[in-house]
Amino acid sequence: MEIADLIIKLVLVVVIFAISLVVAMYSTYAERKVAAFLQDRVGPNRAGPFGILQPMADGAKMFMKEEIIPTRASGFLFIVGPSLAIMTACIGSAVIPWGPQMQIGDRVIDLQVTDINVGILYIFGVVSLGVYGIMIGGWASNNKYSLLGAIRAASQNISYEISMGLSIIALLMLTGTLSLKEIAEQQHGWHWNVLTQPLGFLIFMVCAFAETNRSPFDLPECETELVGGYHTEYSSMKLGFYLFAEYINMFVSSAVMATLYWGGYNYPGMDWVAAHAGPTIAPIIGVVVLFAKIFAFIFFFMWVRWTIPRFRYDQLMHLGWKTLIPLAIANIVLTGIISTLIEKFA
Amino acid sequence: MSVFYFIAFLSILFSLLVIFAKNPVHSVLYLIITFFTFTIHYIILNAQFLAVVNFIVYMGAILVLFLFVLMMLNLNEDTEPTKSIYVKLAGIIGGGVLLVTLVGAIKLTAKSNPVVLQDVNLGSVQNLGKVLFNEFLLPFEVSSILLLSAMVGAVLLATKEGKPKATTV
Repeated sequence: MEIADLIIKLVLVVVIFAISLVVAMYSTYAERKVAAFLQDRVGPNRAGPFGILQPMADGAKMFMKEEIIPTRASGFLFIVGPSLAIMTACIGSAVIPWGPQMQIGDRVIDLQVTDINVGILYIFGVVSLGVYGIMIGGWASNNKYSLLGAIRAASQNISYEISMGLSIIALLMLTGTLSLKEIAEQQHGWHWNVLTQPLGFLIFMVCAFAETNRSPFDLPECETELVGGYHTEYSSMKLGFYLFAEYINMFVSSAVMATLYWGGYNYPGMDWVAAHAGPTIAPIIGVVVLFAKIFAFIFFFMWVRWTIPRFRYDQLMHLGWKTLIPLAIANIVLTGIISTLIEKFA
Repeated sequence: MSVFYFIAFLSILFSLLVIFAKNPVHSVLYLIITFFTFTIHYIILNAQFLAVVNFIVYMGAILVLFLFVLMMLNLNEDTEPTKSIYVKLAGIIGGGVLLVTLVGAIKLTAKSNPVVLQDVNLGSVQNLGKVLFNEFLLPFEVSSILLLSAMVGAVLLATKEGKPKATTV
């Protein structure tokens, strides 16, 4: 019994790890195709049919490139930077519930690696740790542009973490739990949290854009001012790790947004499907639904990137401290008042 | 038990490295690892909430700001100020006195058993919230006012000099 559970968990970990890597890999392809579509171009179409093998070619190129470590860089930290970036990106997905409980034979399997009772806070911790990869790499490069990129990343992440946390508090007042599994279960059918927390979701999404350093918040790697930003001095697969970490972060934050606000694996009519498809197939449909939501969010990330120009730095700080934080606090107060009124009169 | 001693050893090792590192940025990085070992201590004590909060607030926010400031100032080994022998001597004596005081204070307190838990669920979010908002409501509120006053003070210090000199700067 014990060993079987352990093996199931191990398989789950490997599968989730593989899926996040494959999704990140094909996000790079999707990003180019979406960019091409939005700019009325063709996009990559040489490697394989529709350029479907392009990510493999890019990966091979990254591994084959010459690896350059600047002479004045501090060697060990130069390697720690990208390693830390990709590690923190990968461990975030451990607490996300990918689907309802699945029954194979007489065994019930949780489609979640671990359900710690502080799941949301764990994700916060991982997100706040993510900035170290950028900061250490930028500082170790011994380059002014890298350092400026790293400093920008640090101040940006700290500023937007606050409003992200405040937007979550309003959600927690309604759900009454920190466990992502319970939050997902509460949104059964169409009772999605976005219906009760639209403002909270908007704030959370803007902060997610800022935390993943995606455009319009990609100031840390602003080419027009900082050459390449924090990864100016990086080459070969170490650069690949930084770029890859961004796409994994995008995948994980899409999954978090889908789970917290858009019902996770729940969809209208799931009871009917569960009654007809049986306890083995129905959870798989739930997983497919969750992934559809995740891909929709990833597409949204790309859509925004190729539509909106990036902010100026003072605009970024202004938005974070003077707009989003007061909005998030107002959201908490409103949520408290309305839920108390509903409790009193209904 | 053996896990506790291993983690405790790592905590002490990395705290020593914080002091002995020549480069200030390396020093802060060791401090980050030290705080990470504290997080593991909390998990061993089954205080999940405290562990995660320590992780987010200390490792994720305060030390990022430490690192941020150090990188902004760009301090290096050669820019580190060298202090005179008297200052060093005063530091050693002060540290020694503090050590004696701490050891004396610890000897006076009753021995506790940190590894064996009295109440296994003490550290869960629900229990902690109930205890904080029932038994310790007043100290909790007072400490929040303390934090607020610190914040207001910081804002005041930051804006105080700006106003009269606004035309000259």
